Amino acid sequence: MAPVLELRNITKQFPGVLANDHINLTLEEGEIHALLGENGAGKSTLMNILYGLYSPDEGEILIHGQATKISGPTDAIRQGIGMVHQHFMLVPVLTVAENVMLGEESTRGLVLDRKKVAAKIRDLSQRHGLEVDPDIKVENLSVGVRQRVEIIKVLYRSANILILDEPTAVLTPQEADDLFGILRSLRDQGVSIIFISHKLREVLDLADRVTVIRRGRVVGEMQTAGASQAMLAELMVGRQVALTVDKETATAGETVLSFENLKVLDNRLHVAVDDASLEVRAGEILGVAGVQGNGQTELVEALTGLRTVQDGKVFIAGQDVTNASPRKITECGVSHIPEDRQEDGLVLSFPIYDNLIINTYYRPPFAKGMVVNEKAIVGQADGLIEEFDIRTPSAAVPVSNLSGGNQQKVIVARELNRPIKLLIANQPTRGLDVGSIEFIHQQLVHKRDEGAAVLLVSAELDEIMGLADRIAVIFKGKFTAVVDADEVSKEQVGLMMAGNSLEEALANAPKRTSKERDIVT
Amino acid sequence: MTATTAPVNTSLGAYAARRERRKTIAYGIFFLLVALAIALLFVRNSAPGMESTFKLNPTTKEKVVPLGDLVLPTQAALIVLAGIVSVIGLYQLVKGFKRAVIVLGIVALLFVFAFLIWAVRGKSINLLGILTFTVAAATPIAFGAMSGVMCERSGVVNIAIEGMMLTGAMVAVVFASISGSLWLGLLGAVISAGLLGVFLAVLAIHFRVDQIIAGTAINIFALGITSFISQRFLQPTPALNSGGVFAKIAIPWLSQIPIIGPVFFNQSIIIYILFATVIAIHFMLFYTRWGLRTRAVGEHPRAADTLGVNVFKIRYINVIIGGMIAGVGGAYFTIGSVGRFDEAITAGKGFIGLAAMIFGRWTPLGAYGASLIFGFSDALQARLQVLGKTQVPIPSEWLLILPYLVTMIVLAGVVGKTVAPAADGKPYIKD
Amino acid sequence: MSEATSSAPLPEAAGAPPPVKTARLRTALLYPILAVFTALVIGAILILVTDKAVVNAWLNFFDDPMGTLRLTVQTVGKAYGAMFEGSLNIGGIIRGIGAALRGEGTRQLTIALVPISESLTQSVPYIFAGLAVAFAFQGGLFNIGGEGQMLVGALCSVYIGFKLTGLPWFVHLPLAMLAGMAGGALWAGIVGALKSYTGAHEVINSIMMNWIAIILSSWLLKVGGPMARPDVPVTPPVLPTAWIPRLFDTPGNRFHAGFFLALFAVWLVWWLLYKSTLGFQIRMVGANPKAAKYSGVNVKRLWIIIMAISGSLAGTAGMVQTLGVDRWVGVGFSSGMGFDAIALALLGRNHPVGVLLAALLFGTLKNGATRMQSVAQIPVDIITIVIALVIVFIAAPEIIRALYRLPKTSAEEGPVFTKGWGS
Repeated sequence: MAPVLELRNITKQFPGVLANDHINLTLEEGEIHALLGENGAGKSTLMNILYGLYSPDEGEILIHGQATKISGPTDAIRQGIGMVHQHFMLVPVLTVAENVMLGEESTRGLVLDRKKVAAKIRDLSQRHGLEVDPDIKVENLSVGVRQRVEIIKVLYRSANILILDEPTAVLTPQEADDLFGILRSLRDQGVSIIFISHKLREVLDLADRVTVIRRGRVVGEMQTAGASQAMLAELMVGRQVALTVDKETATAGETVLSFENLKVLDNRLHVAVDDASLEVRAGEILGVAGVQGNGQTELVEALTGLRTVQDGKVFIAGQDVTNASPRKITECGVSHIPEDRQEDGLVLSFPIYDNLIINTYYRPPFAKGMVVNEKAIVGQADGLIEEFDIRTPSAAVPVSNLSGGNQQKVIVARELNRPIKLLIANQPTRGLDVGSIEFIHQQLVHKRDEGAAVLLVSAELDEIMGLADRIAVIFKGKFTAVVDADEVSKEQVGLMMAGNSLEEALANAPKRTSKERDIVT
Repeated sequence: MTATTAPVNTSLGAYAARRERRKTIAYGIFFLLVALAIALLFVRNSAPGMESTFKLNPTTKEKVVPLGDLVLPTQAALIVLAGIVSVIGLYQLVKGFKRAVIVLGIVALLFVFAFLIWAVRGKSINLLGILTFTVAAATPIAFGAMSGVMCERSGVVNIAIEGMMLTGAMVAVVFASISGSLWLGLLGAVISAGLLGVFLAVLAIHFRVDQIIAGTAINIFALGITSFISQRFLQPTPALNSGGVFAKIAIPWLSQIPIIGPVFFNQSIIIYILFATVIAIHFMLFYTRWGLRTRAVGEHPRAADTLGVNVFKIRYINVIIGGMIAGVGGAYFTIGSVGRFDEAITAGKGFIGLAAMIFGRWTPLGAYGASLIFGFSDALQARLQVLGKTQVPIPSEWLLILPYLVTMIVLAGVVGKTVAPAADGKPYIKD
Repeated sequence: MSEATSSAPLPEAAGAPPPVKTARLRTALLYPILAVFTALVIGAILILVTDKAVVNAWLNFFDDPMGTLRLTVQTVGKAYGAMFEGSLNIGGIIRGIGAALRGEGTRQLTIALVPISESLTQSVPYIFAGLAVAFAFQGGLFNIGGEGQMLVGALCSVYIGFKLTGLPWFVHLPLAMLAGMAGGALWAGIVGALKSYTGAHEVINSIMMNWIAIILSSWLLKVGGPMARPDVPVTPPVLPTAWIPRLFDTPGNRFHAGFFLALFAVWLVWWLLYKSTLGFQIRMVGANPKAAKYSGVNVKRLWIIIMAISGSLAGTAGMVQTLGVDRWVGVGFSSGMGFDAIALALLGRNHPVGVLLAALLFGTLKNGATRMQSVAQIPVDIITIVIALVIVFIAAPEIIRALYRLPKTSAEEGPVFTKGWGS
């Protein structure tokens, strides 16, 4: 019998990048097939081709053995393909039912038949364990439930091929487990699933088969039954993965950053950081581990003056900086590598040399009074470009022309180039290539060794395990535990990230084995 | 707050409650200030024994069930009103109304009523006349607002309403003059403003021009071309600029209802077209497939696109229809009221329409309500001028400023929150 | 969008600097020139199709093909000829120089210089208004309220100009000028403050403020109004002590010192934007307000400052026109110049020097149009149409590119000015 779906020799060229290079992939009926690869490997491009959002330069798509041309989502839907995008494609102000029926509306005469749709949603909910109220507005739903709505959208269109693009990135471990349960039950009912991920554990846990792609090419395909994490990791990154960060044991000095009973609201005015207290000392890296969306963003913004602190106090080097301006905090000797480099950290249309001074432009030597000193600004750029290995033809190039890794290096160069007491790094390596990750990790450790306090926030548990001297686990805006990195295993931290207490975690997960410093991305 | 709400909201309650409480108190204080204003401004400046007379019958000879005049003892009525408002304020301060915004509307209404009672102290005013004028003055504003709703709900900012109306106004009278048919004039207005809609759509959707710049260009263009044609043709040949006016049509039965009848149902056909348009857009937006898609495209075009909805098609059609609606509004200026075109005859009504759309929170019914409020301030202005300076010692122009001021206050979020469609003004790039 | 493009390595773009530079030059010069040219051509077509004689001739084209063509060319030539004669009068100037050289005195020359002086005079408010819009654009704000700010600026300066008596000119004139600048700054500053503290979009509030200014002025200036004369709906005349001096005493030559003030403003705005730390902040906020906030800029305060400076420039536009040219203010003072200013900013690509050139062009066109109306009976509004078309062509360069078959280059990506109403 022909496979449900077959991709043959799919090739897609973007300006400057070969995103997909003759990719082959087969999906059998009723299997969960993982598509594994690093950020930037070409997974999303491939799936967007399959869903008709991009057209391939070469290659063909076969559905049930029939060559098919998919030139838009409408075609994909007609062929029974449904996709749950990484960034949810839901209209917040519409109800669940309206979101589900959009594009495939039931009507009676001219009027939308909301009742019929609601009934169908309830039916789907019950059959697949996707509990959701059809009449509630999507903006009032949590992330996990929104994902259910996305899956219902697909099932509503009677899709038998389901694509999920990094579905667990925004989920808590429990929500992810729920999702896996739902996906298994769907598989058992004959739905074929493509599951895109860069997380090895999930892939081994959930998928039946896995295709690994690297730099736009398929580098391996196997049953997960016979695969190991190490094997997949090697395929994915392309070399023996033992990315050990060389670092000495920390010699922690006096407290640089401390905050007490911190309370911060998110954009929707819900409490995001709740009664959090912590101390970070000179010469140590404190890693904040947690699933994305547990208050890390708001915490960092509050510490750096970008978000109002509702309650509690923040001290930097003994000075009260609660609700101080970002400028004041910078001048206290704080550097901040922001979470979203393009949104917050860079002015993309500005040249590199201007981006290197966006928080020091007003100080000598870059300015005298109100007058900008261009010579000094342009003059310092070349040195930093070399020191921080920023790959660019010149310092006058707008940073928008740089790759993600080089953009991040511009930020790192700017933030680490001045004497600092505290470095706050939020997701400093997200979406970067391995080389850049390595470089940035070295820089963080280097800064620590110089005696700075480092607060590292990362959703990548492995990064935390590899770099941190102490680990603080954040869950629903609260620190559930602060432990020495040597005392816990990855599994134990993982359990705490899921909301377990330290005691539960210590009791229910394997202990730390010798040296757990491998970084696997 | 069920299990389906956001995961992190442990002590949301306390914060929300504190904020709510502060707002409640602010409203309460404001209501009390209104009561105080009534007492200080109006009660103090009136004498016992004065009477305020409101006539409730149309001045023209129409078949309406006659009503007696509403005669109120000025000072007593004002004291009662001040009392009512202060009771509302105290209740708000102590306990708080559930929907303070609605109460705010009521208080505003009471204040306006108090103002009217005071303004006509010792004299009489035809209330029906004011209301009829209100509906008429609201009509072009409302057409503009409906045009805005159509465009912006699908995600295209339309500040070219003014220009579309201006063009419609001129084309209507020229077409009507040449053909001798008002209906052909109306058709011409619809087509010409619709073409400007096409122009806006092409610039905004196809060329992804900044929509405010595109709209501004259309406004300037419309002003230029209508003035150009007016000077080159209409002034030398007045026959081109006398298309006549749609007669008032009394709707049987409905027009005989007291007050409502003469105000709403004895009007020009264009006003009936407006009623139909408002209802049709409301129905379309919230009950039909097209409406659902329009709203989705205005909020999150990519989501709609991934479900196979053609974002561009929806935007094009909505913007063009929006243009056509503005054209009808334009026609009202000429063949709906005065019968001739003058340069810049729309005098900013398109922009008030934009304001009404915002005030009405991008909904057709709300926008029509806002248009009526703005029309009322127009009508009041005209009437107060008639009453004279000694009677009402405020420059009547100040009342004309009110719509703009109110819009700014609404936009500032003082009264609830106005949220534009999320994708409003953002070109959609498919890739 | 895709994960692939976000990590795209640097293409060979920077390896070849010359093409980038020419592309920049093309955007800076070629496109505006073509845009204006195309708009004038369309204006000419409009003149032709609304001319009875020309249309008749074309309807009977085969009766007299040569005559038809001649008439067509003549009609356009007469209109635009009148426009250039009325605005530049180059022929007259040459003859004037000739006369002067022949020793016939400079009288003929000074008279011949009147049209070009008047063009420069009409450019002055355009320069300020265009700078106002461009300056705000650089800071990411869309100041569509130039109309109201100009009006308020004019009203403030005229009030000081006629109300304060007995002051020496060196006190009176600066006071009147400052009043105009302050009025405009206040009118725009309100909009900036509302954006900063309530998130209300500056475009809507600017439009609202425009109408408030217009209605206020119609009240202030109506016959017997608070600022009007008892018999006519205009203000009393500005006292000579508050006049911006005119530099020629030839009758009809209104060229005044405000022109040099405008040139100074061009330099000042350029310096502020590109050479000062304030300008660095402003351009940063304009390009990425979130990054500006991250880097320690007080974005909310800066928005107010940007709007206030922009408003003071617009207020100055009204002020120089009042103190230098009209010396009184009447209803309908600015009549669209605040909107034309958007075209100026676009045409000048938000660069002060570009705005200056664009404003000189607009002043010339506007001045010439008056002559065109009297000589060729073409309504001056043709210029309004041309301005609207210029905006369209600059904002949608694809149209120009398609019309003239120009290749696309990456350096032509224009700036994004606004992002919807979003709060």
